[in-house]
Amino acid sequence: MSETTSTTSAPSAAPWGLLAQFDSPGALLRAARETCKAGYTCFDVYSPFPVHGMDQAMGLGRSKLGWIIAGGALAGFLTAVGLQYFVAWDYPLVHQGKPFYAWQPYTIVCFELTVLFASFAAVIGMFFLNGLPLWYHPTLKPTSFAKATDNGFFLTIESRDQKYSPTTTREFLEQLGAVKVETLEE
Amino acid sequence: MTTATIQPDLQRPQLVLGNKRIGDVTEIVSGIVEKKTTPLWWKIAATITGLGAVVVLNLNIFYLFTTGVGVWGLNHPVMWAWDITNFVFWIGIGHAGTLISAILFLMRQRWRTSINRSAEAMTLFAVMCAGIFPGIHVGRWWMAWFLAPAPSQWGVWPNFHSPLLWDVFAVSTYATVSVLFWYVGLIPDLATLRDRATGKLKQFAYGLFALGWRGSNRHWRNYEMAYLVLAGISTPLVLSVHSVVSMDFATSVLPGWHATIFPPYFVAGAIFSGFAMVLTILIPARQLFGLQDLITIKHVDNMAKVILATGCMVGYAYGMEFFTAFYSGNAFESFVFRNRAMGPYAWAYWTMVTCNVITPQFFWFKKIRQNVWLVLALCIFVNVGMWFERFVIIVTSLHRDFLPSSWGYFTPTWVDILTFVGSICLFLHLFLLFIRFLPMIAMSEVKGIMQGHSLMNADQPLDVHGRKE
Repeated sequence: MSETTSTTSAPSAAPWGLLAQFDSPGALLRAARETCKAGYTCFDVYSPFPVHGMDQAMGLGRSKLGWIIAGGALAGFLTAVGLQYFVAWDYPLVHQGKPFYAWQPYTIVCFELTVLFASFAAVIGMFFLNGLPLWYHPTLKPTSFAKATDNGFFLTIESRDQKYSPTTTREFLEQLGAVKVETLEE
Repeated sequence: MTTATIQPDLQRPQLVLGNKRIGDVTEIVSGIVEKKTTPLWWKIAATITGLGAVVVLNLNIFYLFTTGVGVWGLNHPVMWAWDITNFVFWIGIGHAGTLISAILFLMRQRWRTSINRSAEAMTLFAVMCAGIFPGIHVGRWWMAWFLAPAPSQWGVWPNFHSPLLWDVFAVSTYATVSVLFWYVGLIPDLATLRDRATGKLKQFAYGLFALGWRGSNRHWRNYEMAYLVLAGISTPLVLSVHSVVSMDFATSVLPGWHATIFPPYFVAGAIFSGFAMVLTILIPARQLFGLQDLITIKHVDNMAKVILATGCMVGYAYGMEFFTAFYSGNAFESFVFRNRAMGPYAWAYWTMVTCNVITPQFFWFKKIRQNVWLVLALCIFVNVGMWFERFVIIVTSLHRDFLPSSWGYFTPTWVDILTFVGSICLFLHLFLLFIRFLPMIAMSEVKGIMQGHSLMNADQPLDVHGRKE
């Protein structure tokens, strides 16, 4: 396969970026803060659990997911209202002398569908914002990265970053206290 | 590693014992799934429950479908009995999982991380068992699709004024949201198993469902938001589900059912029975897999306290039902309650009171709360008691109709009994499969709450235990 040749022989194309390993979440947090300060934008950190304070360290704002969920919730509510009023109109059922269009019995199904649609929006929206599912990614290739879901802490800087340079970026990462810096192939 | 220890201003209780590092959590939890040899007890238990779930349950349902609901002990005044009892019993058990995963999450009860995964799995399996009974009790089962508002040429729609239809929406929403919540929580751990997998098949299977998760913080940011919102919307959902179930009864005009106390009373009972079931299955699992450092005695203690609190609420509801019946001065209402305690079903009523009101009182004592085998024994009593509670509510209210000429008595047939046994086997079998093939403890969440992690800042590089490197 082409991927094995590209790692053994000298890569002709530009590498995807650099992968630096850190030995603690604290070191990773500091590294992220410094990388952000140094002006890098195409970088990311990887940890086996969400490290608190990392969003601020990376200069990331609040997740946009809330808006997607709000949209889902509204869609669910409107679906429930529409469905129930449509059914009352399409198939008027006389029972116990209750008015056809009473809103009180409809509240339960409105609540349930609001929750149902909002949950789907939360999950699908999360995947959408994260660009998942994505079964291939350059970081997933090196064996050392398997630790990212165990007890390893990693930072990548992509080669498409304007400040990226194969030599100075590597030095920068080593200065930050990376225990190991690797080049990632596309 | 052993030098200076940072003393935090406010010492948090240690949630993971044995001075573990985060890699150890991966090792212990994944180790259960990755073990090459399956334990003998698992094989025996899985075979027995598997046979029960596949053979006993299906044969009974087949017999029911081909013959009719008359194969159950149902009769004229008692038209709902074990079917709906089992339904409410199972759906109630599910509530503990959602309570642990959602409500305790919002309340920042960090100890929940060791038990939420298995409690959520238990929720799913309990809801599956619950779903069987309304589906098969409808008599003309080939018309069960009438439950859903499906457009048809007949132009017939379900009645949205009926609590039974609300129940369809509540339970199916609950089941769906529980699956989503559970799966979202599982993704980082599936990625862990993928990265550790040695065989091609495992790597493919875990990798497929891990969806390419790589622990990126740009992902964690959205992930945590999704998790928070799911917890936020599951909280009112879990409270609503059993409230809606209780409305199946409460909105009818039957004495014994027609009570405004029902929604909170059912919710408290659901959490009570659910926590008892969580402990019933987690205590053996914890011992058999040696998870005492992750599911600590503190967890058992906390859950026993929840059982005590909700048990007292349930006891209060039993008392209040009697008081309301007495204070209303309604002859029919008072008769139903006198009949419950002293009528033909007094044996069921007093079994319920013994198991649900007296049993949890033992949990006032720390010595008992911290003895896992005593806790297990008491929890089994609570499970039995909560099944009887639903039986008492349903059957004793029905068997004395308004007209004495239509009074009756319900006795279960062997089909009733075996269908219920089959559902228990299904529940246990699914749980056994779960603990063998999926991580039963949420590794990424446990790692996040390990001592010291929250105290870290960039200036003091500490390891996850809060110690200087």
